[in-house]
Amino acid sequence: MPEFQPTLLWAVAVLPFAGFLINGIGAFIAPDRKILATVTGPAVVGAAFLIAVVNFLGMRGAELHGPIVETYWQWITVGGLRIDAAFQLDQLSMLMTLIVTGVGFLIHVFSVGYMHADGGYLRYFAYLNLFIFFMLVLVLGSNFPLMFVGWEGVGLCSYLLIGFWFKDREKADAGKKAFIVNRIGDLGFMIAMFMLYANVRSLDFVTVFEQAPVTFAFGGAAVTAITLFLFLGAAGKSAQIPLYVWLPDAMAGPTPVSALIHAATMVTAGVYLVARAAVLFALAPVTAIVVAGTGALTALFAATIGLAQYDIKKVLAYSTVSQLGYMFIGVGVGAWAAGVFHLMTHAFFKALLFLGSGAVIHAMHEAYHHTHRHDDAQDMRNMGGLRRYMPITWATMWLATLAIAGVWPFAGFFSKDEIIWQVGARAVGPFEGWFTAFWIMALVAALLTAFYMTRLMVMTFHGRNRTGEAESHHLREVSPVMWVPLAILAMLSVVGGWINVPEAIAHAPVLGWLPSAEWLHEWLHPITESAEAVAAVNLPAAAEHAPFGGGEVMWAALSFGLAVAVILLAARFVGGRQIRPAAQSAEPRGLMRVLYHKWYVDEIYDAIIIRPVLATSRALARFIDDGIVDGAVNGVGYAARALGWVGSRLQTGQLNSYAFAVVGGVLLLIALVVLR
Amino acid sequence: MVTQSLVLASILFAVGTAGVVFRRNAIILFLCIELMLNAVNLAFVALSTAIGIEGQVFVFFVMTVAAAEAAVGLAIIISIFRLRETVDMNDFNLLRW
Repeated sequence: MPEFQPTLLWAVAVLPFAGFLINGIGAFIAPDRKILATVTGPAVVGAAFLIAVVNFLGMRGAELHGPIVETYWQWITVGGLRIDAAFQLDQLSMLMTLIVTGVGFLIHVFSVGYMHADGGYLRYFAYLNLFIFFMLVLVLGSNFPLMFVGWEGVGLCSYLLIGFWFKDREKADAGKKAFIVNRIGDLGFMIAMFMLYANVRSLDFVTVFEQAPVTFAFGGAAVTAITLFLFLGAAGKSAQIPLYVWLPDAMAGPTPVSALIHAATMVTAGVYLVARAAVLFALAPVTAIVVAGTGALTALFAATIGLAQYDIKKVLAYSTVSQLGYMFIGVGVGAWAAGVFHLMTHAFFKALLFLGSGAVIHAMHEAYHHTHRHDDAQDMRNMGGLRRYMPITWATMWLATLAIAGVWPFAGFFSKDEIIWQVGARAVGPFEGWFTAFWIMALVAALLTAFYMTRLMVMTFHGRNRTGEAESHHLREVSPVMWVPLAILAMLSVVGGWINVPEAIAHAPVLGWLPSAEWLHEWLHPITESAEAVAAVNLPAAAEHAPFGGGEVMWAALSFGLAVAVILLAARFVGGRQIRPAAQSAEPRGLMRVLYHKWYVDEIYDAIIIRPVLATSRALARFIDDGIVDGAVNGVGYAARALGWVGSRLQTGQLNSYAFAVVGGVLLLIALVVLR
Repeated sequence: MVTQSLVLASILFAVGTAGVVFRRNAIILFLCIELMLNAVNLAFVALSTAIGIEGQVFVFFVMTVAAAEAAVGLAIIISIFRLRETVDMNDFNLLRW
């Protein structure tokens, strides 16, 4: 087979950046020339996607000896540290590039319809292009610092886009919250980089991952600390407990932003980081428990909150947090390919769900706009029966719901089921107790997922319409520029899982009736093989059965059956209840009230972190800043004035005293000269 | 002879200085300054026997400057007197801060 040469790899990242410059400058000089952003915004991302596809096809047809690193220039050279501005193309970064540019392109197209009436249209596309650029730097960077540049850059774009409507105080605050919470994680990322350099003397991916099995002892303190700090960074970016609180608030941004940044791409950066550093994580079994445990806890916890939310985007936000938890279970227990697989399928169906909710909100907003009513266009209690008005949105969102709920043969079934299976099968040796617990949590969370998603669909699209008599006449299906991306994503949500059907299921009756191959595992094998080698030496092999017996096929069939049962149950339960419009609804009671208020986590954080920090800051401001720092500065001023006052008393204006001073001085000088 | 002359010059200078520092009358002050200048002149003349003619030349310069100074100084005193109707130095505090 021929040697593989990447084609225009730099252009993949540079094109969106060019789009950012064009739209950014346009936003300053001609913010009303919307045609500029309508063309360049999606076009640059589409072109980047095409280049990525060309590279992908080239990569499939050629032999690849390790990752390809293209160095553009030397970025930092200090002492023994040398960091290049270089892109690394391998199977993992290729896959991420395809997801980022592909899903990104669809969301850009959708945005053309969604944001067209907005005054900041060009600014919006400038930010969105910039985000794609930084995301590509993140996934393509060939060393930790360059990845960190992308990491911070996407954080910046996330902040800018959450606070896109910054005139609304609440939305600007949500942007700040996201930025500040992410800082905590970034600190972990930086400490991990420092420690890595101290131990390995390099920050290049290739060198670090080659050296790691030699440098670090299995389960040693150094590698455990490094991976825990890396995971702190990942938990911040990917919204895991305890740093998940920013993501639900991030829904303040425009809905396509939620789809792109807070569902499909940026929030999965943490998962990508763990998968990228798989060798390090394989060397640290304690971290494995922490990562998988955090993931399992988050998956379950966020799913419970999703049960009781009324804002359609909040449900999806908590669903995203929950699904990210699944990915961390996968990459935590050592099933890196499974985690990345779920990342990919999740990008499809969650982007679709968010865009679908965006279409719904768009329609609701239009309807309220026509009758000049100011009700909440995002509250599901104000929706209901939208199926009649928006059939395409309804159909595509149901496909995504079935996918996320884990119904065969949709994408989510294969990816989620594989994670659940992997955590169960790996509950052996030192991990037995822990992983069994995580396995049960993951199963329960899967059922909750099916429930809250069905609840969302039924409340939004089925039953009686609660928008209002006059308003319902103005409810319309969205334009093709918005529903075509929905349809494409819906197709991907259906078939996206077929690229990685486990061998056991491929040969099972009914479940195996698909054109399928265990392709993704093979594709990612070069990335994970060194990590798997580490695990194979140090850990017992995965079991052939789940903790309580039963093989892969049995559990897959069981979870499929349970998911369908829960969906039917939820449809009956929610459909049978009388729902009032938001304005006439009372606060929920009992456990639902606790869930509605998100377990009061924001309030708890407010009480134990934010208030003490603010109080301490105020005290410090008063005593240290006002008292000591300002005191010192003012003190110098006062001292100079006091000295000047004393000096001015010497200026009597009396000629005699001046003469006296002169004579005294002369005598003194003479005395000094003579007596010396 | 030189020594006695220098002692006399020193005494005159000291008297002049003491007058400038302690007396309050502007005219007296002025006379004391003249006294100091002439004490210096005396010292110059006395030392010229030992050093050369330059000392005596300097005396002429000092006398010229002293004359000019006397003219300006008296003019200032007169104008201050017109303003304040006094020549007491205690009342002259325009040079204060």
